[in-house]
Amino acid sequence: MRFLFKTSYEQDIRLFRDRTDAFWYGLLALLVVGLPFVIDEYYVGETSWVFIYALCGLSLMVLVGYTGLVSLGHAAFLGIGAYAHAYFLQQGLPWVVAMALAVAITTAAGFVVGLPALRMTGIYLAIATLAFAVIIQEVFSRWESVTHGFAGMPVDKPTIFGVSFDDDRSFYFLCLFFLVVALWLTRNLLRAPTGRAWIAIRDSEIAAQSMGVNLAIYKSIAFAYSAGLMGLAGALFAHKIAYLAPDIFTILLSIQFLLLVIVGGLGSLHGAVFGAIFVALLPPVIAILRDSIPESLAGFAAATGIAPIGSLGAAIGAFLSKPGVEAGIFGLILVLVILLEPLGMYGRWLKIKLFFSTFPMYKKATFKRQKSYMRSERLR
Amino acid sequence: MNGLAVGCIYGLVALGFVLIYKATELVNFAQGDLLMLGAFVAYMAVAWWKLDYWVAFLISGLSVAVFGALLDAVVLRRVIGQPQFAVVMLTIGLGAIFRTFASVTWGSEIYTLPTPFGGVTTIGGVTLSHQYLSIVAGTFLLCGVLYLFFTHTRIGIAMQATSQNQLAAYYMGIPVKLIFSLIWAISAGVAAAAGILLSPVTLIDTNMGLAVALKAFAAAVLGGFGSIPGALVGGIIIGLIELYAGATLSEGLKNTAPYIVMLVVLAIRPQGLFGTLARKKV
Repeated sequence: MRFLFKTSYEQDIRLFRDRTDAFWYGLLALLVVGLPFVIDEYYVGETSWVFIYALCGLSLMVLVGYTGLVSLGHAAFLGIGAYAHAYFLQQGLPWVVAMALAVAITTAAGFVVGLPALRMTGIYLAIATLAFAVIIQEVFSRWESVTHGFAGMPVDKPTIFGVSFDDDRSFYFLCLFFLVVALWLTRNLLRAPTGRAWIAIRDSEIAAQSMGVNLAIYKSIAFAYSAGLMGLAGALFAHKIAYLAPDIFTILLSIQFLLLVIVGGLGSLHGAVFGAIFVALLPPVIAILRDSIPESLAGFAAATGIAPIGSLGAAIGAFLSKPGVEAGIFGLILVLVILLEPLGMYGRWLKIKLFFSTFPMYKKATFKRQKSYMRSERLR
Repeated sequence: MNGLAVGCIYGLVALGFVLIYKATELVNFAQGDLLMLGAFVAYMAVAWWKLDYWVAFLISGLSVAVFGALLDAVVLRRVIGQPQFAVVMLTIGLGAIFRTFASVTWGSEIYTLPTPFGGVTTIGGVTLSHQYLSIVAGTFLLCGVLYLFFTHTRIGIAMQATSQNQLAAYYMGIPVKLIFSLIWAISAGVAAAAGILLSPVTLIDTNMGLAVALKAFAAAVLGGFGSIPGALVGGIIIGLIELYAGATLSEGLKNTAPYIVMLVVLAIRPQGLFGTLARKKV
């Protein structure tokens, strides 16, 4: 059991809690850098999806997890970033400039969307962002001079200062670089006054306002920053899928991002990464299960002579290969997480850690969340 | 008239949102999928079991209503008191499960529900198809029944009390949990009815609920979440806007015009047309 004595306020906002912490993060960094040289090229490609999703999760985490503003339309920002980046690349601008412009445009879009959002709370804001996403998706399919409509828009491989990032391994490092920069930026913002103001707004708007937090300014910053991160993710996303079409950036994608944030754990940067790992790797895992379960169960049935197990395996395989099953599995996991573990994967991780660090004296009530039943307490 | 009819459907679905929101302060994003389930059950009753249309209507409405009550009793009761956002995500997840269930059970084909409403009537030079008339008539009938239920029965009045203040209602001896389940049942039943009424217009497939639910959201927000007449008026406004934008403006505006109007209304009047702004004094 380890005790943590804090003797100054500075210690509350350090980048790493102590040297042990820094050591483990360093080890993780080494692992992530070394990974693409160990595993298969295909899995390197899948892992760069994790980084892109983590950027998206980071963006939504700032808005939903830290500022308490729910957006059901973040795929629109992803789309704006992706299309802007691809369009500027097509116009012959250098990669870095196109990227910077894409981020600037999404940031501006986020700011503009955030302005009316200042007057709305809760469900109204969710629906307004949903409407925004529907409108933007329509714009993508109609504004053919820029987006080429449903015909689609090819995106070249990134070339930065003459260095081409054309294979999976180099693209992996590109994504990793942007993710680390974004994580570091966000972490610093969160321990600065801005982040504390966001958290204060999330916990109670009224209390934050009476402490002198300017709601309008900080909500706008949250929206703009979140959208900018989404634009960054969008530019990488455009390279990753290599061909943009308007029907990628649907509401279902926005909902997938929210799923990511919730399953990962609301209100923690770790949660964004955990959620990204989950969301990016679930489809390949389902695909692997779809192929392996019937086979292994058939083998088991042949070995033991129990025929029903073989047909059960075939039934599971047939079920998993039906279209739309993935969405249902996502939904089921979402429901189970919200019912059983509202803090998400990061919450589970914290609980396990606390159990071991306070071994004989773990108290279940440590993470108990307060519920509010009175209507007056829920006015937010 | 077509816009009015489709608007009535949006209004009915929005009514379901509002009923649940008023009483339990949950927002049910699975409402559109309940609508889809209702349409499928009715189709099954008519096409597979060869039942009469009206019997199928009753079976579908009742079974989806029971399903809604079960949903509340088993799942949603546990999240009352948690942040609103958790509930939104929970119902989105439930909706995804229902859609998968429907596509596994009934496949991804498109079905048509045979209805007894064929033909047209001409009133004062305007030709009205009976299908659209049936939607409008059905909506007004349902609303009338619900109005009478809420104002003239003990349970209805208890529901009104619960939606005013849960705790006070509980202290007055109203079984709040049961009331919540009943409200879910009514809301699911209304959604199923909307699905059956809508099915001749849009045909039945597993994704029919989502599009309708999105427009119904716009309707509910336009009218002010938590206002029952607002939901109906909002639905009709959205339906008419959609029709006229499609007819007079470009095709792309048909889908977006309702949302643009909703955003403009929200920017001017954040609580919607009929809503009341909740305030807290510090």
